[in-house]
Formats: sequence, structure tokens, C-alpha cells
Amino acid sequence: MDDSISRPGPSRRQLLGMIGTLAGSAAMYTAMTKLGHAQESSYRGPIQLQGDPNGATVLVLGAGLAGMTAALELRNAGYNVQILEYREKAGGRNWSLRRGDTYTELGGFTQNIQFDEGHYFNPGPWRIPYHHHAVLDYCRRLGVQLEPFIQVNHNAYLHSTKAFDGKPQRFRHIMNDFHGHVAELLSKSVQQNALNAAATQEDTEILLEALREWGALDENMRYVQSEHTSEFRGFAKDPGGGLTAVPEPSQPLAASDILKSGLWSRLANGNLYEFQMPMFQPVGGMDQIGLAFQRELQDIITFNAKVTELRQDENGVTASWIDARNGGETRTATADWCVCTIPFSVMTQIPNNLSSGMNAAISALPYAASVKFGLQMSRRFWEEDEAIFGGITYTDLPISLISYPSTGYNQGGKGVLLGGYSWGTYAYEFTAMSPEERVRRAVEFGAQIHPQYNEAFETGASVGWHRVPWTLGCYGVWTEETRAEHYRTAAEIDGRVVMAGEHISYIPAWMEGAILSALDATTRLHQRVVNG
Amino acid sequence: MPHPARITRFALALVLGGGLATGLVAQDNDPDPEDLEQAINEEAPIVAFADPGRFVAEDGEALYNSICAGCHMPDGQGAVGAGAYPALAGNPMIEFPEYPVQVVIHGQNAMPAFGGYLDDAQVAAVVNYIRTNLGNSYTEDPATPEMASETR
Repeated sequence: MDDSISRPGPSRRQLLGMIGTLAGSAAMYTAMTKLGHAQESSYRGPIQLQGDPNGATVLVLGAGLAGMTAALELRNAGYNVQILEYREKAGGRNWSLRRGDTYTELGGFTQNIQFDEGHYFNPGPWRIPYHHHAVLDYCRRLGVQLEPFIQVNHNAYLHSTKAFDGKPQRFRHIMNDFHGHVAELLSKSVQQNALNAAATQEDTEILLEALREWGALDENMRYVQSEHTSEFRGFAKDPGGGLTAVPEPSQPLAASDILKSGLWSRLANGNLYEFQMPMFQPVGGMDQIGLAFQRELQDIITFNAKVTELRQDENGVTASWIDARNGGETRTATADWCVCTIPFSVMTQIPNNLSSGMNAAISALPYAASVKFGLQMSRRFWEEDEAIFGGITYTDLPISLISYPSTGYNQGGKGVLLGGYSWGTYAYEFTAMSPEERVRRAVEFGAQIHPQYNEAFETGASVGWHRVPWTLGCYGVWTEETRAEHYRTAAEIDGRVVMAGEHISYIPAWMEGAILSALDATTRLHQRVVNG
Repeated sequence: MPHPARITRFALALVLGGGLATGLVAQDNDPDPEDLEQAINEEAPIVAFADPGRFVAEDGEALYNSICAGCHMPDGQGAVGAGAYPALAGNPMIEFPEYPVQVVIHGQNAMPAFGGYLDDAQVAAVVNYIRTNLGNSYTEDPATPEMASETR
């Protein structure tokens, strides 16, 4: 490529940067795959545990999705199963907060949830990819009704405090203008035979036609203000009826403004495998999945049981536990086998006689910081004022994003926003605050995007995952090095104990990972039992 | 670059948290009245939300309040749930600086590593803060940036 693109606007270096961004979704996908975040689910239908376990008993530690999946399948296969759960209810991180709930985080800070009836906030998982086959199948089998979750909304915002005077920009403007400018620049390069080595004459012609269509270019391969580009980015005045019918085309943003804004870096999010549309959510809150499992297993779960020790010998497994709220005498639960779904963050502190390799694995897994906010607004101003129906606004503010409810559209009334979902330093900083202070900050930040917060905010809740008493963090963070050293050991049956949970998966922090790990663990455990 | 948001607030807000707003009520954490008075009189600086990639505060107390207090709690007493966060107050493990420097930089068990978020001076500052506050008075042999550098 030569340097002949010298007119005002993006330089060659900028063009390369833009093209790099277009390839970025693929590059990002590759990076995510390396971290194990974007693997396709290996689920191929309900597991078949053939063979008679001859009345073998299994103790399941933890009534989250992993523990309850294991319990359900093992009980169906003929095992005698019991579950110990630290909390007063099942579901684990599959969790929704709604009116009447009380949540006390570590440190004793208690939130009495005040959302109106019918509204909720998911502190943990909140969306289900179409390829998380196991979650979808269990929802189907357990009667959990799903509805679409809007991940990509062209009318939501991309926002940077450092660009466009801090004014949020519509996703459709940034996306279409970015595509248009890239198409125009690239077409010039193509016409100057810059791609000679890589393309035949015929390919070049097809490529030019593709760029024209994809970028909404005119007959001169220009991306300009026109009815045509407005059909992509939206009009200044929409086509109407009668005497006011004439549309007014909108003015595209300047290429250099988009480049400098950095907002293009958010465009590929919805292209990621795990965020592609359609996504789903259970009707009525994510905890409907946990509750559906709980209905099946109610009679075998002991709640409020805090495990204090785990021992095994040639005869079986013994877990010691105390009442999680009132302490008191130590009780024991015994079984032939154990599926342990207690997060490693907690397992590091439970005395045990697991192998030294397993304990090394347990000690090798730090848990991530993450924070989320649910903010109830007196009216759905994002719909009424801004025509945003579901979806996500991304921002460089410490709240990282605002997600609009993917339900109850266009009927007026109230709504609970996901008022932020942050990781890293911002999550640590939020977590170190009181719940009240966190919510106050989230409202303050959100009001920079939606000034309506100032009059519409009613009540909020927040969860900083390091302060969640039963996980001490959001999810287990493997690195390539720790996976190579410890993952297999962590997943293998250790005597009579096998671990399961999102941390024993290549889909960490996702419900699918928890369920798949439980299915894999129960399958291997069953083979051990029936084959000796 | 965003201007660092330097926010000063009362330590009391951290201790009592929710009691001040509808729907948020502090429990199980009733502080001693004398502690409260002390907390009211001490303004704890918090430097938050300045950079998504690192912590910017340089002062040990500010670093403690904006990071460590999330788990080890504002008063350093730790917390107990299904698992526990160890108390830093009165903890003999921090008598010598090398151990806390190591833990802050590399993490330990479920505790994440903070070496990537803090420079050497910040590591020394926050370690010295916990060793000389929160009821601790390990004033001898302070942690140094050089010590942090060698630990990385």
C-alpha cells in the first residue's frame, strides 16, 4: 500500500488501525479462546448413566447449578444422594434479588431489597448464549420459560467521557459510519491496485462491490450524507406521512472523530461467540433455573450447613458441618462418594485429607473481583425518551455499562436497570465501599449518560462479589500456566471426591461451565462405581 | 486522561454503611461508640476510579480503604462466611514486612495478586499502613520499594 491517501482525514496509519479493528473481533475471539471463555459447549443431550450403582451413596457439597445437576443425574441413575448447602436457599451464583429479599454481605452490611413487585436484579449470571446447550436443555426439561435477552441494540449508546464532549453516541451511528469510512478508504486502496498481489481482477471487482454495499457507499465509492446512508445510520428526520413526510438525511460523523473517540473498540462485542444474538434469559429472573432444580431436589437438600472439614478413607467420605447461622454442635454427613462444588476460594480454608496435588490446585486459583448494581427507576425513560428497548450501553465510566431490562417493553411503569457491571480495579474500589455508597456512585455515574436518573432513581442494590459470604469472589481465574499445572488434577477423581463447578471448566464464570463440569464429573464417577 | 477523582469521606460511612438510606441497614457490625467518635473525627481519603488498569493512590491509608477494605474490612477485622478473610488487625503474620509484601504482590490462595496494579512504592505504602494501623504497631523494619522490587 502506498501513501497516496493524503487528503484530510484518516492517514494510512489510521486506516491500518481501522482495518485492524475490523479484524479485531477475530483477534479478540482468539484471545478469549485462549483464556477459555469462548469454547463451544460440548453438551450433546442428557447423559446416560448405564449400570446399577447398587445403592451407593453420594454426598454433594453445594446446591448451585453444578451440585444440583450432579445430584439430579446421580439420583436418576439410582444413587442415594444428599446435598449440603451453606445458604438458606439453592441456586448459588444463579441468583436474583427482588422485593422482600435480605442480603447481608461480609462485614455485616445488609440490604433489604425494595424493588417493586415483579422487578428484579441478577447479581450473577444474566444472559444465556444460544450455544450453551446444557443450560438450554435443563431449562427445557425443568420447565423454565425463556425470553430473548437483548445484547446488541443499535439504538443504545457507546459513551466515552473523553470523546464527543462526553455525549453518548448511538451505536448505529458509530457502527455504520465506521463501516462507511473504512469501506471508502479501503476501496481507494483497492482501486490503486494495492492488493494486486492478493487478488485477481475479478476478485477486486467483487470486493469493490462488497465494500459499496457493506459501507453504504455512493456510486463514486464515497460515504456521504444521503438518504442511502441514512437508511443505515438513521435519519435526521424520519420519513413520515402526509405533509410532514419528507425525510431529512443525517450527517455522518467524521472519520477522524470516530477514530479518536475509541468508541469503535466496542463494536465487536456483539460479534463475540458468547455474545452473539439471540441470547436468552429466564422469564422472571435468572434464579428461576436454580429454583427449578430446587423443586426437583427439595427433599435431599440440607440448607444452612457450613462444611468445616472433609475427610476420606478407603470406606467413604465424611463431611463435618455446623449450622451456618447459629453454629452449635458439629454434625457429620457420610457417603461412599462426594461431589464437591464448594468454590476453591472457600475450599482453601476447609481442613481436608485430599491429595497434596489437589490441595495445590485448590490454592492456585484466585477469585476475580466483580460488581453489579440494580437500580429501580420510577419510569422507563430509556424507552419513553430515547427509544432504547433492552440492550446495553457501554461506557468508559467506572460502571462500564448500563443494561436495560429485556422484558416488559413499551408499557410504561417502572424498570430496574443493570446500573453497572465492572471488573478489575473499579470492581475492587466499588467492593470496598458500603452498599449504599456503591449505589450512590452508580447513580451519579449513570446520570452522566441519562440525566433522567436524577429524577427517576428510587432504590438500588449492589453486589460486590468479593463480599459474597459463600463465594469470596466472582469466579476462579485460571491462567495458561496454572491450567497447565493444576487443571487436570483439579478435575480428576481424588480418592472418593470429585470437584465440579464453573472453576472445573473451560467456560469459567458461565452456568454452562458449571453444568458441563458436573456432567463430566458424574459420568466419570459413575464409571468408577460400576466398573470398580 | 480523566482527572483523578479525589474523594474525601468519613470513615464512618464505611463502618456504618447502609444505616443512612432506605433499604440499607447495617447489622452485625455495631461499632463501639468510642470507635464511632474516632471514626467521625478521622477523614479517610479515598482515591477511586481514576484508572481502569491500576490504582493511583500513593498514600497507604487511601490504598487500604479503596482496595483491601473490600475483603479485610474497613477496620481490618476480616470477615467470616462459608470461608473467611483473615483479620489484619492484631495479625502476627505481618510483624515482618516480607510476608505481606509477598502476598500483596503475588496473591495467596483465593486472594488475587495486586503486583500488576501497584508500583513498588504503593506496595510498601499499603504494607506499612496495615503494619502500623488497624491496631498494629509494627513500626520497626518498614517495607521499602526496594523490597517490593526484589519480591516481584
